[in-house]
Amino acid sequence: MRNVKVNVEYLTRVEGHGNIVVNVKDGKLETCELRIVESPRFFEGMLRGRSIFEAQHITSRICGICACGHSLASIQAAEDAIGFTPSLQTIKLRKFLLHMENLDSHVLHIYLLVAPDLLGVKSFVPLIGSHEQVVRRALRMKKTCNDICDILVGRHVHPISSIVGGFTKLPKEKDIDAMLDHLYKMRADMNETVALAATLKFPQFERDTEYVGLVSDDAEYPMLSGDIGSTDGVRLKKVDYKKATNEFIVPHSSAKHSKLGRGSFMVGALARFNLNSAKLHPKAKEIAAAIGLKPKCTNPYLNTAAQLVESVHSLEDSISILEDLKRTGVNYHEEIIVGLNEKGTIPVKAGNGVGAVEVPRGILYHNYEVDDKGIIVNANCIIPTGQNLNNIEQDMKKLVPEILDRTDEEITLALEMLVRAYDPCISCSAHFLDVKFVNR
Amino acid sequence: MTRPKVAFFDFTCCEGCQLQVANMGEALVDVLNLIEVVEFREAMSEKYDGELDLAIIEGSITTPHDVERIKKIRARSKAVLAYGSCATIGGVNGMKNAFDLNDIRKYVYGKDYEKFDTQETRAVHQVIKVDYFVNGCPVYIPEFVTVLKAVLAGLPYAVPDHAACLECKLNENVCMYDKGIGCLGPVTKAGCNSWCINNGNICYGCRGMVTNPAVNGARDVLTKYNIPMDMIVNKMNMYNKCREIDQNAKR
Ligand code: SF4
Ligand code: SF4
Ligand code: SF4
Repeated sequence: MRNVKVNVEYLTRVEGHGNIVVNVKDGKLETCELRIVESPRFFEGMLRGRSIFEAQHITSRICGICACGHSLASIQAAEDAIGFTPSLQTIKLRKFLLHMENLDSHVLHIYLLVAPDLLGVKSFVPLIGSHEQVVRRALRMKKTCNDICDILVGRHVHPISSIVGGFTKLPKEKDIDAMLDHLYKMRADMNETVALAATLKFPQFERDTEYVGLVSDDAEYPMLSGDIGSTDGVRLKKVDYKKATNEFIVPHSSAKHSKLGRGSFMVGALARFNLNSAKLHPKAKEIAAAIGLKPKCTNPYLNTAAQLVESVHSLEDSISILEDLKRTGVNYHEEIIVGLNEKGTIPVKAGNGVGAVEVPRGILYHNYEVDDKGIIVNANCIIPTGQNLNNIEQDMKKLVPEILDRTDEEITLALEMLVRAYDPCISCSAHFLDVKFVNR
Repeated sequence: MTRPKVAFFDFTCCEGCQLQVANMGEALVDVLNLIEVVEFREAMSEKYDGELDLAIIEGSITTPHDVERIKKIRARSKAVLAYGSCATIGGVNGMKNAFDLNDIRKYVYGKDYEKFDTQETRAVHQVIKVDYFVNGCPVYIPEFVTVLKAVLAGLPYAVPDHAACLECKLNENVCMYDKGIGCLGPVTKAGCNSWCINNGNICYGCRGMVTNPAVNGARDVLTKYNIPMDMIVNKMNMYNKCREIDQNAKR
């Protein structure tokens, strides 16, 4: 009977540090785990005593890739806690910012992290020699998102002007034109990306699970607002986020796991696609049909394909938002100076607020309890990768027995690719409740 | 000509500074032609354990395992570059040092807190010798390129040691203090082209404090604008808490 030992230390091409450990003895799967070895960072602990007006500055540092998403979830939680309602213009610009981040992150993931696997090389570096135009296109697309974030919020890694209350700097007319120009130009590269993706062969593997994401009754593909929903029919208000995340204890683990109706669930692009594909931009729907992606898709490797579809959606919806803004004009009276709210520009009261935002890897929750001075007394952040870990393990457990006829190297690669397909962002271990410690 | 061997290593951090490299766009292809990147975990599967010409370190040192790892990297690297605030000054991770370590572990991880190894956050130079510093959260790419050129030429690089206000003035921003808002520009090292203030926000001090801050001048400004000192000190500790370790070492 077959014995397999997989021990991938420092899983590469994912964000943050994780190890895969698989042990098959006499054809029987004994261990199958994704272990997180990231140094804990204690953000929730460090937020205590900080003003609600500086929270987003701190929490965006949880993750460099989803810095805008963390800051948006943080701002939403803060505003919810003190009872502040942002203007429609602010919401529009925040949606646009979130699109840019998703687009940027998806492009990075598709090209630099996943494509090397599908093209049979170890990283994008050798691709510079063999596929120089592909690498250049990826970097160009990424830079476009980056340049737009520079214009809109000062920079992509840790946005500057997007804060509690609104924006400290609003785009001038020429800025809107410049951003639109970038986006129009990106369409050609996006078409090439779709064409390339159509040639890539994703591994075949199916496991039906529960897919969780924001849902709403509006016509729009929900990213920045909505309730928490699942393909099994769950619907919860965002204040009840704990019921949708870390409520359950697993007997074999000292730490809690995430589950909802079943043993585990998936969040991220594929989950959103499975829940809300009917609300995608028509062009994105076209692409989905062209590459044969249909809800409900149960192959986790196709998370990358869902990211591609979402990229098209983000690009097109961003163009619509900007064209709209160009028509209506920007109200510059809404520009705000807050600092630590020294001048009391924004009224503050004690409260408890939740932010729930769809970031590239799935729903991100921030929850703050603040006192009547706007100082944080309790903080909780639940990141998408944490919610996915349990599901990744369940996938691995189903996958390993199915591929036992392959060599150790092939099994290892299949597992690495599976984990990478989820685009895990382990460095945001702000709050990794579901770490498992075996053999300790 | 053999290209210098360069590797990126990440410690406790958000990896945003590494991402700034990818954000260089197509210019990155030219940089990659000048150096040989032998390890960059976030972007490559390749691993390398030989001698390095340059180790670029991102993140601060927060666990016993980090300490062991960074010492090994130092031993096989001709030059070490601390990259970003986490590495150069401890950065936001330093805020942890304001709390009792066991308390903060319990707060975040509950009863299983002992499994989460941690120790006082330290900047890289507080553990090993560092040859080059690129400050910022995240790093400012034009400065990184300048430093990379210095490294390639074997020249030292002096981190700017004057206040961020200088660049802010050159950029003709209206001073935040004139808007009644506290800003850390007067005590923070320049070099980012007053990035945050240009975008309507304040300076949070991410590049670290200047060696000789004009303490009295700063105090006068705070008094004049009626901004409480403890608020400014609290703000300063967002990035600069680890500097107390250097101060204690000097004593
Ligand atoms: S310095 Fe800032 S951007 Fe760089 S790794 Fe640390 S937290 Fe991230
Ligand atoms: S205090 Fe801040 S806003 Fe004023 S000049 Fe200095 S850096 Fe600029
Ligand atoms: S303005 Fe201050 S906080 Fe902003 S990047 Fe420069 S040094 Fe850092």
